[in-house]
Amino acid sequence: MTLPPRLRRALVRVRRDLLFLAAGVPLHGIPPLLFCWACLHLADILGPGTTWGTLGLPIPVTLLVIAAYGLTEAQRWRFRALCGVDLPRLRFRESKRQWAYNCLIGPLFGLLEALLLAVLAAALTAATSLLWVEALGWEWRVNHFGAWTRAGYATAAGLLVLAAVPALAGGLVRLENLVGRAVLHVSRSEELQRRVEDLTTSRAGAVDAADAERRRIERDLHDGAQQRLVALALNLGLAKATLKDLPPEARQVIDEAHRDAKEAIEELNSLVRGLHPAVLDELGLDAALSGLAARAPLPVRLWTDLPERAAPAVEAVAYFVVSEALNNVAKHADATRAEVTVTRLGEILRVVVSDDGVGGADPSGGSGVKGLAQRVRSVDGAFRMSSPVGGPTTMTVELPCTT
Amino acid sequence: MIAEDSVLLRVGLVKVLETAGFEVAAEVGDAQALLTAMAEHRPDLAVVDVRMPPGFTDEGVRAALEIRERWPDTAVLMLSQYVEERYAAHLLASNTSGIGYLLKQRVADVEEFIEALRRVADGGTALDPQVVAQLLVRRRSDPLERLTEREREVLALMAEGRSNAGIAGALVVSESAVAKHINNILAKLDLPKADADHRRVLAVLRFLGV
Repeated sequence: MTLPPRLRRALVRVRRDLLFLAAGVPLHGIPPLLFCWACLHLADILGPGTTWGTLGLPIPVTLLVIAAYGLTEAQRWRFRALCGVDLPRLRFRESKRQWAYNCLIGPLFGLLEALLLAVLAAALTAATSLLWVEALGWEWRVNHFGAWTRAGYATAAGLLVLAAVPALAGGLVRLENLVGRAVLHVSRSEELQRRVEDLTTSRAGAVDAADAERRRIERDLHDGAQQRLVALALNLGLAKATLKDLPPEARQVIDEAHRDAKEAIEELNSLVRGLHPAVLDELGLDAALSGLAARAPLPVRLWTDLPERAAPAVEAVAYFVVSEALNNVAKHADATRAEVTVTRLGEILRVVVSDDGVGGADPSGGSGVKGLAQRVRSVDGAFRMSSPVGGPTTMTVELPCTT
Repeated sequence: MIAEDSVLLRVGLVKVLETAGFEVAAEVGDAQALLTAMAEHRPDLAVVDVRMPPGFTDEGVRAALEIRERWPDTAVLMLSQYVEERYAAHLLASNTSGIGYLLKQRVADVEEFIEALRRVADGGTALDPQVVAQLLVRRRSDPLERLTEREREVLALMAEGRSNAGIAGALVVSESAVAKHINNILAKLDLPKADADHRRVLAVLRFLGV
């Protein structure tokens, strides 16, 4: 038998609400029980004044203190797992609110929850009273005249109350949510601070993951396609060198294939080189840059002063900046020469790429420059570009390297 | 002796070496096996890939340095997808005779590659033009500025380890013209004149900061 979707959803919701409330009863009930226990000891001390009262008092008091803080975590779990509400994790400093919630407001809610569950149990019993009367048999009914009527009333009343339970339960859950959020919140500045910490961590993770991915692609291409291309070019080269008596047409075809293969190797090398060269990990930024500068299609002067290595993520961004900047110079600047300066001063790694080209580069336009600026920002770097029409163009990037 | 982890390329390299009249004593796929085979066969020349298992970083360079230390007479030709001047500096730190460091793709130009092989096997130097280019980008206003465009070309070819005849062939000029250029360069850079090719290479590389 399939239930209509609306009814099914309503049943699921009621079940979830009731579970949430039922889990609340023991959690909210613990502090009052401990309090009562402590009161018994106190009464004992103030009354006959036996020693066990004095000795035993610290136990419930300690448990109460633990509960005041520990229950906050338990409540967070209850709200998250059973109600889908994510309350913030409270620090020890926020003890006033934790005490208030666990030891004052909580027990009140515990009472309401227990009451609602009791009403539910009573309503269930009442609603089924006709069945009870039927089960007790004919003889009992003769002795208790009017039981049918009374059972009928009880069933009707039970069903009415049962019909009201979902609304009551839903209302109580909403009320708990409101109060829980109001009492167990963290201050705005604290919340923002935590958010920033979270975002910083997750962003660093994303940057590292992207770097790792580039390394993996570089490695895969190096071990796969690049070796195959070299082997292909080698075989064509061998054919060229050894097959001397071929007709000229065949020689020409082999020559062209050989040249194409070599150009494909060059292109792929340049592309992969821009990703994340192995030497960057092994020997650092300083060693990796000369390869970039030498591969550029225009004369590049390189000046580095890097007394120590920066973090891998920072090195990767700096490398990318130089690679991308030289690409842009080669493509758009119409320059005769470029200069790359990479220096480390204290906690700042400064990368300056300048060219004597036509200028007029737009720092906000052009996907290359934009991607460059974004990658610089991903490690909290600063990006500046000066490119008056007529040149020269200078791009300065400063990356923080906190060691 | 060939050490290269890509089987495809290894087969190709064996073909090239045999075409050139070399006898391939052994072929291996990683640095450890290379050193073992070196000890066993003691070849005159080892052709070694830079990136090999297990780490795929600079195992070849380290193996080459060990080979040079244990068997100084062995010529070593390093091959790599990318050449790095730093590795060249490591390799050339002790001496420059019998050392080669070329891009892998140079193997495809079979005749020139064989010429470089012979040069290294005979105790000369074969540096990839890319390495020399990388050495040249790091120079700022210094005596190099005083060289003419032609002299810079000759200097780069000299740094690659080529002989006068080789330079003359590459630039399509006469050998006497090359000799004149070289004299000018050595004078401008304050380098000692050397008769032997590899001594000259050494001087030029030291000047370039290797």
